[in-house]
Amino acid sequence: MELIYLLFILTLSVFLGFALISRVPPLLHTPLMSEANAICGIILIGALIAAGAQANSTLTIILGTSAVALASFNVVGGYLVTERMLKMFKKKESK
Amino acid sequence: MNQAAVNLIYIISSVLFAFGLKFLGSPVSARKGNMLSAAGMFLAVAATLASGHIISFQWILIGITIGAGLGALVAFRAAMTQMPEMIALLHGCGALASVFVGWSAYHVHGAVDLTNAITLYLSIVIGGLTFTGSIIAWGKLSGRIPGKPILFIGQRLLNMALISTILILGVLFIMAPGRYDLFLIILGLSVFFGIFLVIPIGGADMPVVISVLNSYSGIVACTTGFVIHNTLLIVVGSLVGANGIILSIIMCKAMNRSIVNVIFGAFGAVVKKKADGEKKEAKSVSVEDAFLVLENAKSVVIVPGYGLAVAQAQHAVRELSEWLEKNGCDVKFAIHPVAGRMPGHMNVLLAEANISYDQLMEMDAINPLMENVDVAIVIGANDVVNPASRHDKTSPIYGMPIINTDKARTTFVLKRSMATGFAGIENELFYYDNTRMIFGDAKQTLQALVAEFKEAAK
Repeated sequence: MELIYLLFILTLSVFLGFALISRVPPLLHTPLMSEANAICGIILIGALIAAGAQANSTLTIILGTSAVALASFNVVGGYLVTERMLKMFKKKESK
Repeated sequence: MNQAAVNLIYIISSVLFAFGLKFLGSPVSARKGNMLSAAGMFLAVAATLASGHIISFQWILIGITIGAGLGALVAFRAAMTQMPEMIALLHGCGALASVFVGWSAYHVHGAVDLTNAITLYLSIVIGGLTFTGSIIAWGKLSGRIPGKPILFIGQRLLNMALISTILILGVLFIMAPGRYDLFLIILGLSVFFGIFLVIPIGGADMPVVISVLNSYSGIVACTTGFVIHNTLLIVVGSLVGANGIILSIIMCKAMNRSIVNVIFGAFGAVVKKKADGEKKEAKSVSVEDAFLVLENAKSVVIVPGYGLAVAQAQHAVRELSEWLEKNGCDVKFAIHPVAGRMPGHMNVLLAEANISYDQLMEMDAINPLMENVDVAIVIGANDVVNPASRHDKTSPIYGMPIINTDKARTTFVLKRSMATGFAGIENELFYYDNTRMIFGDAKQTLQALVAEFKEAAK
């Protein structure tokens, strides 16, 4: 049952993704990709659990902490660089 | 916070992410979208921290400080020309984080059932190869590794051997998910395979590679979501996966190639076309004469290629376009989908030089208007304006969509020499009757044209 429920979410999300992303103009494809990188950093929530759960083994602490660092690199780097790029897209004042 | 509340917040986050992508549909709303998306991320992280699953915070704090600090540093430091390599690096980090999350779940709980074993296997294989593949792509894009395809004897054989070993071990692992040794061997082989997946792919194909790796990084997040039963990871992974797939398809169409063809490389093996018997001659023109033509032009289309960015001529071209506009001329920029090193790269480079985004036109929008254009100026682009792709069936780029600069009344080509482009193909546009070559460094030529305009304005 659990699996079916997850697959259900997967299927609908894929459709949502295609619908949303096919509307992004080529003009913004680079910021789109950095935005995708940023949200892909959502793996951070998995990493938080791995690093902070009741784990007594050295290995899981190393894995979890590294994953937290890598994922927050994605989140912070991704959002900031997207913002930096989007800020540059300006329209000339109409004459 | 109980699990139901956490899940509720995850739903809100998903909605915010979806709106973030929706608002990227227009440059007017895009920044708002980015903010919403970041807010969604903040909520999801806060909810997870408050969920009660997390007992110790010290390692988390260390990890976040290091990661966020480096992320901010890189995001502010990276030049816009370096965007593709930065994105490649982010793909790699995301994939590796997913691998670590999957690994630590396996280390603590083992693989509890068949689904768990399968998704865990997929996570480490795709994650492992995406990690090294992205690092190689980063190396190639930043010039740390030669950008040319690296080919060696037995490459295909090695790749086939690696793929089949990973598959066979996968079956064994899924049948006996308790085998930690198999898990580690599969991970090692996948990491190794990622290197060989990307090194044979050449510079011109990088936009496709980046897009494919993007979809992989989404897929890994998704499979890891199945491993740790996290719905938000599945939703976001699917969005990112879809993103990478769409961009890969767009890039492949723009080069008229299939993904299989890019990944298993054929371009490297392109034979240079034999020299034709008749010696054709390209007509060149001086900057002064080009200025006289531009002064009388009512509409100009500028076709930038990556050569423009290499010559650092973005600001010079903006200056020229401003002078042309002052002169009552309509100026547009025609952007081929593969004009930069990644999807949409050229647009960012021109936006950075303060060129208004409503002047940036897509290939399909500009081509029907080309016949009414007085002057097309090709700067640092080559294969994307080669008319051979429309009629010459023997040409390696036959069928590739191009910007029809040859239909304009006059075409200027700014070029250092008559050397061929990425694909190593002779460009017949250079020999057309209405084409004039302006030889020299693109930046200097543009500055000379601007100087002519300034002189005339006095």
